[in-house]
Amino acid sequence: MNKYPILVAGLLLAMFAVAGTGLVAFTQEQTKDRIAANEREALLRSLNALVPADSIDNDIVTDTRFVNDIERLGGDKIQVYLGRKGGQPVAAVFASVVPDGYSGPIKLLVAVRTDGSLGGVRIVSHKETPGLGDKVEERKSDWVYSFKDKSLINPDISRWKVKRDGGDFDQFTGATVTPRSIVGAVKNTLLYFRDKGMALFERPSDNEAPPEKVASTQV
Amino acid sequence: MAETGYGKLIRDGLWCNNQALVALLGLCPLLAVTNIAINGLGLGLATTLVLTLSNTTVSLIRNLVRPEVRLPVFVLVIASFVTAVELSMNAWFYELYKILGIFIPLIVTNCAIIGRAEAFASKNRLPKAIVDGLAMGIGFTLALVALGAMREIIGMGTIFSQADLMFGPAAAGLEISLGDDFQGMLLAILPPGAFLGLGLMIALKNIIDNRVTKAQAVKADASLPDAQPNAS
Repeated sequence: MNKYPILVAGLLLAMFAVAGTGLVAFTQEQTKDRIAANEREALLRSLNALVPADSIDNDIVTDTRFVNDIERLGGDKIQVYLGRKGGQPVAAVFASVVPDGYSGPIKLLVAVRTDGSLGGVRIVSHKETPGLGDKVEERKSDWVYSFKDKSLINPDISRWKVKRDGGDFDQFTGATVTPRSIVGAVKNTLLYFRDKGMALFERPSDNEAPPEKVASTQV
Repeated sequence: MAETGYGKLIRDGLWCNNQALVALLGLCPLLAVTNIAINGLGLGLATTLVLTLSNTTVSLIRNLVRPEVRLPVFVLVIASFVTAVELSMNAWFYELYKILGIFIPLIVTNCAIIGRAEAFASKNRLPKAIVDGLAMGIGFTLALVALGAMREIIGMGTIFSQADLMFGPAAAGLEISLGDDFQGMLLAILPPGAFLGLGLMIALKNIIDNRVTKAQAVKADASLPDAQPNAS
């Protein structure tokens, strides 16, 4: 045995590699269903906050399409969750991205009802300054609720700006950039829906990869 | 090796050789997650768990592992435990996991863990290694919670907010707010606040240590009156 110490050492290392991998594989096996259920539940909860559960009867988490519109939705693979009742379209929830946040992109969920009004907007993740730009978070202030029921005619499309720019939406003291870019992105999502939204409900399912997980607000 | 009892192990872990305040190990997660107390507690408990598990394993295999492959084996053991803990947190503390998520894998790189494996667990018997892991982990957790609480109080005027993410909805009432008109000092929750806070904590610890040393010196003098009566 002592003639080949390096072999013994190598074997030992291999043994621990197998044992370690075994432990990880076992844990993954034990937890994967629960993790998938957690992610699904979290996603469903955030979607239901925008599109009430009793207004739809399809599985909104899996009834999704991917759309490509960098100009209006901020990405080339934006996921859209479709809510229907009795086969009729109810609302579409866009996982839009705000490209021009104060410090990096901001991820949104924007729910648009079939009549073009907003079911609501939520901030999924952002890197805005704590204490200033982060008031867009649901937990920190009511600002994000102000979008509910708004549409391109309420207020008029020309008023889809923060107050400082002559529009209808509040900005925060010390933080104008964040609200300004979010208002712009929500307006763009509404414009996208006006032009191409209803067609999404007709489109056959992409049968793409399972829905991307939507992490909730990170601080 | 004058004193190797469990009391000393615990004292070392919690205070004299606190991994965060004295050894200054694990600073990356320490500084990154301590913007509120609960985050600190979550990461601290995860670290304690990993540290205890890795100390246990390393102590058990200490006679089996040849010195040449010692470190790779330790890293392997630690990485496996961290991944297992990460998956378990994802499954059972999902909300907390979403906040701490990216910092859990970083526990692998927490030098405190491999440091204890190499410096202590690989040379000591099982019970001592476990106690050492627990004590070091709890000491690290206390430092994280203290720093988190300090930054949270100064930065946001609350303490133990979001406790419900960890302990369930019943714990939401744990949050204490220090008055609604308190605006908070932004600096404390920004990254520089972490460095300032840690610096202050280390300074405070040193002041206390100095006081204790002085007090003990005075006591020693008093108990030996005829040695140096006028010494102060």
